Amino acid sequence: MTNFLIKGGRVVDPANNLDGVKDILVEKGKICAVSDRIEKDGVRVISAEGKLVLPGLIDMHVHLREPGREDEETIETGTRAAARGGFTSVACMPNTDPPADNAGVVKFILSQAELTGCVRVYPVGSISKGLRGEELSDIGELFEAGVVGISDDGEPVSDSNLMRRALEYASMFHLTVISHCEEKALSSEGIINEGYVSTVLGLAGIPAAAEEVMVARDIILAEMTGASLHIAHVSTSGSVELIRRAKSKGINLSAETAPHYFTLTDEEVRSFDTNLRVNPPLRTVRDLEAIIEGLKDGTIDAIATDHAPHSVVEKEQEFALAPPGMIGLETAFSLVMSELVDKGVLSLEQAVAKMTVNPAKILGLDAGRLNEGADADITIVDPDKGYTVDAERFASKSKNSPFIGREVRGMVETVIVAGQPVLENGKFVLEKK
Amino acid sequence: MNWKRKDLLGLEELKKEEIEFVLDTADSFREISTRAIRKVPALRGRTIVLFFLEASTRTRVSFELAAKRLSADLVNISSSTSSMLKGETLKDTIRNITAMEVDLVIVRHGMAGAPHWLAREIEPGVVNAGDGCHEHPTQALLDMLTIREKKKKLEGLRVAIVGDISHSRVARSNIWGLTKVGASVVVAGPPTFIPPCIEKMGVTVKYRVEEALEGADVVMALRIQRERQGKNLIPSLREYRKIFGISRERLRLSKPDALVMHPGPINRGIELDPDVADGPQSVILDQVTSGVAVRMAVMYLLCGVGKEAISRQLSAVSKKQKAESL
Amino acid sequence: MEFREKSKIMDGAAIEKALIRIAHEIVEKLKTTDDLIIIGIRTRGAYLAERIVDRILEISGVGVPLGILDITLYRDDLTAVASQPVVHSTEIPFDLTGKRIVLVDDVLYTCRTMRAAIDELMDFGRPSLVQIAVLVDRGHRELPIRPDYVGKNVPTSRDEMVDVEIDEVDGKEQVRILGLVEGKAGK
Repeated sequence: MTNFLIKGGRVVDPANNLDGVKDILVEKGKICAVSDRIEKDGVRVISAEGKLVLPGLIDMHVHLREPGREDEETIETGTRAAARGGFTSVACMPNTDPPADNAGVVKFILSQAELTGCVRVYPVGSISKGLRGEELSDIGELFEAGVVGISDDGEPVSDSNLMRRALEYASMFHLTVISHCEEKALSSEGIINEGYVSTVLGLAGIPAAAEEVMVARDIILAEMTGASLHIAHVSTSGSVELIRRAKSKGINLSAETAPHYFTLTDEEVRSFDTNLRVNPPLRTVRDLEAIIEGLKDGTIDAIATDHAPHSVVEKEQEFALAPPGMIGLETAFSLVMSELVDKGVLSLEQAVAKMTVNPAKILGLDAGRLNEGADADITIVDPDKGYTVDAERFASKSKNSPFIGREVRGMVETVIVAGQPVLENGKFVLEKK
Repeated sequence: MNWKRKDLLGLEELKKEEIEFVLDTADSFREISTRAIRKVPALRGRTIVLFFLEASTRTRVSFELAAKRLSADLVNISSSTSSMLKGETLKDTIRNITAMEVDLVIVRHGMAGAPHWLAREIEPGVVNAGDGCHEHPTQALLDMLTIREKKKKLEGLRVAIVGDISHSRVARSNIWGLTKVGASVVVAGPPTFIPPCIEKMGVTVKYRVEEALEGADVVMALRIQRERQGKNLIPSLREYRKIFGISRERLRLSKPDALVMHPGPINRGIELDPDVADGPQSVILDQVTSGVAVRMAVMYLLCGVGKEAISRQLSAVSKKQKAESL
Repeated sequence: MEFREKSKIMDGAAIEKALIRIAHEIVEKLKTTDDLIIIGIRTRGAYLAERIVDRILEISGVGVPLGILDITLYRDDLTAVASQPVVHSTEIPFDLTGKRIVLVDDVLYTCRTMRAAIDELMDFGRPSLVQIAVLVDRGHRELPIRPDYVGKNVPTSRDEMVDVEIDEVDGKEQVRILGLVEGKAGK
């Protein structure tokens, strides 16, 4: 394990209220010192002048597709995509095949990550057996196997009593319940957001209410149980408002949104590009503005990608047949820089917090900070470097991104996981962790 | 005017002048169907594929007759004969078809946007013959041609469209077309049949059919799709008829010479009373006649701009010239 | 390609005289106006046909039926043009079986238009006789078709263009020969 010194970069570490030019000394995989000026002979120096030095980014919501759909993504390719995007940790959702509803699958994911992954992988276990929404998974066993939260993501927990019991039971292990909020009876056969665009295109709509009804229910259950609730992929103005009110009442909950909800609206769907089909669907400008407001005032704690790889075969179909989801790991940070930081929505510190310390807190991870003694997970970014998103450059096995061709700013250059460089100057230097 | 489009996917993207140009061209084609020999050689040697992935009789027959009257060669593929039943994707099926060098593909599909996707993927022109609940441009054009023939104009007319607007591609295409040429459109139905924000398309919404019919020059009833029963959009057909069915008494609210239209097939006694459907104001059969003329016009115009057809022709010409110079 | 006027070969009076002569010849040659129908080819041929019908009325006191043909859909060069020519309707509201028909056009050149017109005519019935009347015959036929009535024979080269202008369409009456401007040949 090499030791090195990162010199002259602008260190932004929201967990420690730190923003300034500092040197960082890494020894034995740990952060040894963060100081104005460190001189040490015999260690490798990584020059970071003009660069941002950040705690390794954390994506608390990805789909790695392994086991089951290795044609779309594997833990190996998914973690490479994560590294490309500046992420040193990802939390992967349990809707694999078989699903992560038992300790066996969780252990498989962890060992596969150990063998093939190049960033840290934190599995999320399922709330219900088989994600069927009928009986609770063996949450205790999942916890012991190493899950960092539970969720039936992809499917809502329609049964309110099951949701109540999941919240209560999981609280015993201090596990956060991550809720995919969707009232199926309302979303029904919907394909895109219900509104003017669905009216014009004649595609069945998913009303904002399908999400909001469930957000409201889960907030009420969180209040009732006192358990820790996290609302995944918030997409509507009404959800933001409900979460804001709940937080002001002191209810124990957190929320995330994804880059596509603050960059794209349903107007884009007029092109019938299947890469724009996602669940929850792209909403209206009004919703987009509310999401941005929620990010700004802290109602939305975290930015997660909901990275959902789908094969070309599945996306090259009629719009209504194409499965929902888009990849996001490799574009998220640049979109945050271009759309939120550049436009003055969030300060750099706020933006970094939503991608590091905040998700770490929600999942109870000891990560996302540059304290002395912490694991050396570090991301170095060239904030001024602009580029065009290029499908050819994606490390992900799938290319279903609606951002291909978009001009963005903020290029991830170097990624260090546990003191080991994974990516240097945009190139992979370590294939495995 | 020069027609420059490879495809006809919807009326949303068409300009007023383009719509009028198709209608004018269709007017010229009407006469052909009245001749002793109902056929002209205009599209001789052209191949047109009818690719129907959703049940249809009248639209398919109308396109078929139009193609035959223009002397085009016609290939008919429907969902039951297509190898899509064997699991072939739409993309592969259509690529295979076009590899056979066709000039125009007429596609009907149960899902919105399918023709748009095909149009992007393939070189020959694509005509949308109905995609899900999205658009049905030739139907709206034939409706407009019928209205224009009877009323001698479209601008300033008041057109009431009554029924399940939400699930109607006919309504959407008519709304785009009619509002572009300056007609005013009123849509009526129970709120469960009216999609959100439809006013933004430039129409007025009425929940009482009487208000919609008042002073109308044209009354267009839409088919109530029985297959949507049980989804709680309306309590029953009986109640729908009672509240929204077009009866002779209700029709009196519109202008005395108002036209009664229906895209067919009609549920007699539900959306339209039989004596209205067969009454003197009904132009339902004229719509069918106009349909052939409109589809002839569309095929004629689109076969003229098929890029592939032109480049093939040009290369044939240059080959011929080379042969002659030898 | 750019064209320039080389010479004016007919003015309004000459056109009028030529049409009167054609009308006389038709009546003379066909003996009677029974079963006679004059059919003009759009655009200018239609107006010339109408004038011939008027002249025949003056000569013989009989109103001969007039038809109009739009031959766009019978052209043999549809695929060679970048977009389809505008279609206008054909107006032949009578059965042509057993009728004697004079087809009228402004200029006879390659005969391809005339070929299309004859083809289209046959789709309206089986006439007993078809004849051709043109205001100008400029030669260079590519098909075995010959005119029966000619207003003026004009020898031309293939590079030249015969430009017929009439009141109803162009607002003036004249026939000119246009020559290709040197150095601006399109080929």
